[in-house]
Amino acid sequence: MAKVTIDGRTIEVADGTTILQAARMIGPDVAPPTMCYYSKLKTSGGYCRTCLVEVSKGSEKDPRPMPKLVASCRTTVMDGMEVKNNTSEKVGDARKGVVEFLLLNHPLDCPVCDQAGECHLQDLSYEHGSAKTRTDFERRTFDKIDIGPYVQLHMNRCILCYRCVKTADQVTDGRVHGVINRGDHAEISTYIEKAIDNDFSGNVIDVCPVGALTDKTFRFKSRVWFTKPVNAHRNCEKCSGKVVLWYKGEDVLRVTGRKDQWGEVEEFICNTCRFEKKQTNDWTIEGPRQVSRHSVISANHYEVFKKPRELTINTIKPLESGEGNK
Amino acid sequence: MGKKLLLANDHIPGIQSYQVYRQHGGYASVEKALKTMKPEEVLEEVKKSGLRGRGGAGFPTGMKWSFLAKPEGVPRYLVCNADESEPGTFKDRYLMSRIPHILVEGMITSSYALGAHTSYIYIRGEYYYVAQILEKAISEAYANGWLGKNIQGSGYDLDLYVQVGGGAYICGEETALLESLEGKRGNPRIKPPFPAIAGLYGCPTVVNNVETISAVVPIVNGGGDAYAAIGVGKSTGTKLISASGHINKPGVYEIEMGITVEDFIYSDEYCGGIINGKKLKAVVAGGSSVPVLPADLIITTAAGEKRLMTYESLADGGFATGTMLGSGGFIVMDEDTSIVENLHTFARFYHHESCGQCSPCREGTGWMEKIIHKILDGHGTLEDVDLLWEIQKKIEGNTICPLGDAAAWPVASAIRHFRAEFEEYVKNSSQIKKIRHYDLINH
Repeated sequence: MAKVTIDGRTIEVADGTTILQAARMIGPDVAPPTMCYYSKLKTSGGYCRTCLVEVSKGSEKDPRPMPKLVASCRTTVMDGMEVKNNTSEKVGDARKGVVEFLLLNHPLDCPVCDQAGECHLQDLSYEHGSAKTRTDFERRTFDKIDIGPYVQLHMNRCILCYRCVKTADQVTDGRVHGVINRGDHAEISTYIEKAIDNDFSGNVIDVCPVGALTDKTFRFKSRVWFTKPVNAHRNCEKCSGKVVLWYKGEDVLRVTGRKDQWGEVEEFICNTCRFEKKQTNDWTIEGPRQVSRHSVISANHYEVFKKPRELTINTIKPLESGEGNK
Repeated sequence: MGKKLLLANDHIPGIQSYQVYRQHGGYASVEKALKTMKPEEVLEEVKKSGLRGRGGAGFPTGMKWSFLAKPEGVPRYLVCNADESEPGTFKDRYLMSRIPHILVEGMITSSYALGAHTSYIYIRGEYYYVAQILEKAISEAYANGWLGKNIQGSGYDLDLYVQVGGGAYICGEETALLESLEGKRGNPRIKPPFPAIAGLYGCPTVVNNVETISAVVPIVNGGGDAYAAIGVGKSTGTKLISASGHINKPGVYEIEMGITVEDFIYSDEYCGGIINGKKLKAVVAGGSSVPVLPADLIITTAAGEKRLMTYESLADGGFATGTMLGSGGFIVMDEDTSIVENLHTFARFYHHESCGQCSPCREGTGWMEKIIHKILDGHGTLEDVDLLWEIQKKIEGNTICPLGDAAAWPVASAIRHFRAEFEEYVKNSSQIKKIRHYDLINH
């Protein structure tokens, strides 16, 4: 076990835990933002540099501070480590820089982007970016590519987080997806223009933090904040069948995996569930889904959209001792 | 004349071949190490010699070797980094193409010290002809019993391979090199774990520069103490310097650590002064990545002492007034050189070579290049210079591998020492436009 202090709050975690995981255990207010790290994917993280933190004390044994900011998603905790995240000026500065770099070639076409409203880059820029841009250079552009019948790649928006590459590597069989070229002209691509064609390929849409990989069955159907998320499940041979249905009126516009408070899916779902089951009677409805984290969605009415039973439990408080005798 | 250890036999005709090399004392270090020394004793000699990595970082080699994990039943590897890609550096090419056997000999002795039975020389694709020279040297070594099973009856086995890379600068970063050697895309790994724990194929690995491994030969032959006797303080032995730019005698020189920079530039033994007797303007002392220094700061330190060609002396004053010895790529610029133009060349290089894994380097290097190009073309503003300064600060130290730092330092130092020149470009933009666009702008 190792004791680690992050922004003045101490927690004891198992050895081998990363700083980021420890911070998430403490709570969302000390957890660094992440764009490329995905706890469900092995070897993810380390690329985007948004989760940089300052280690002001290395460990109990070696209390020297670390000379550089470290990527919290890839640095394991040591006993007695002290970490500064939001309390460090250096971190704030570096993070602002990273946001600026990520937005440098990002088209900022949020008004026509399907990801808007649940986009991690949008959130990140709200929280850490500056309101003005300091560049007037032309952005790099690519053509849109259809990878398979259901997924469209919009490379202009890509921030090269490598999540989809890891997903293709680890969740789907047979690697057909990777990165070609180098530097700021690197792009996500499929092996010799081959379509991503297997049962779990749709998950690349869920893991994409921006709108680079979008669901072709949902493109331009609706803004996400006009759709109602509902938990549902079905018996599926390939996956757990536990999904979120996004309704507009009576229609299921899209099906996604269930995302936790960090924006990561709880379980990967198969393409049949995602793309082919878009009728209410395909599913057993569990009830409305609480969406709490994302900026735009949480600003509207879904926050108070609760199941009646939950409301009852929460609102009826148990009597305090002695109160009943009055 | 300074003492020469690596290039001592450079003048001998036919030294490239095994027979001549052997006649002049070649492979003595292998004989000595395998027959009279234990691996630990070789390591001890290297430690005593104070040899520091010649690839750029200057990390003590003996210490690096002693960090190598030695778990039971797991092979260990020695990999020679011959992916010399740093602009301004060409010493390894010279050494390998002139005296290939010294590297082969160094590889055998070093592999023996580390207990490696398979070793690799990873060489950049552009050095294809050098790879062929090395291949020939290796086959000669095999034929004469210096490689293969039971080397010279000692019971020690070693196989040595040359692997040609695709020619990416990033593959000179040790973990990217290992990825490339494994046949993958040459992207740097995220550290830890360091190669000493999990390197090539997940096994403990030491990655050393060509010159470092070659220097093991004279260290074993003459003893670590004798090697340490050359040089000043913690900069021991000799160093190959690739001298280029506006000097009378560009080329590769082996210097004893500790000669003054002034001597190196102006003496007839080395660079032989500036071409056409012009004035010195600036020097990039250790390959394109290290900070550029103006003439007054490269000849003497900020404290007024003569600057020496050593790791410590060149770094004196930190980045504010100092630089680094780096890989020894010594680029001299005369008074007519444009620092902005030079910086643009470097920035374009780093933009092109950034691997694209982490965002600060991927986006930042391109951004810096564009801004410098804008200034150079006479479209820049004073804010652009400040912005450039801001960007390099946001890149430095925040990236996965040192390429980000390498891209940021030249920009930082150029602005730090030559800000007036950037402002000159901004203020005289109309004139600059005329020159840059061959006056076509007015037609």
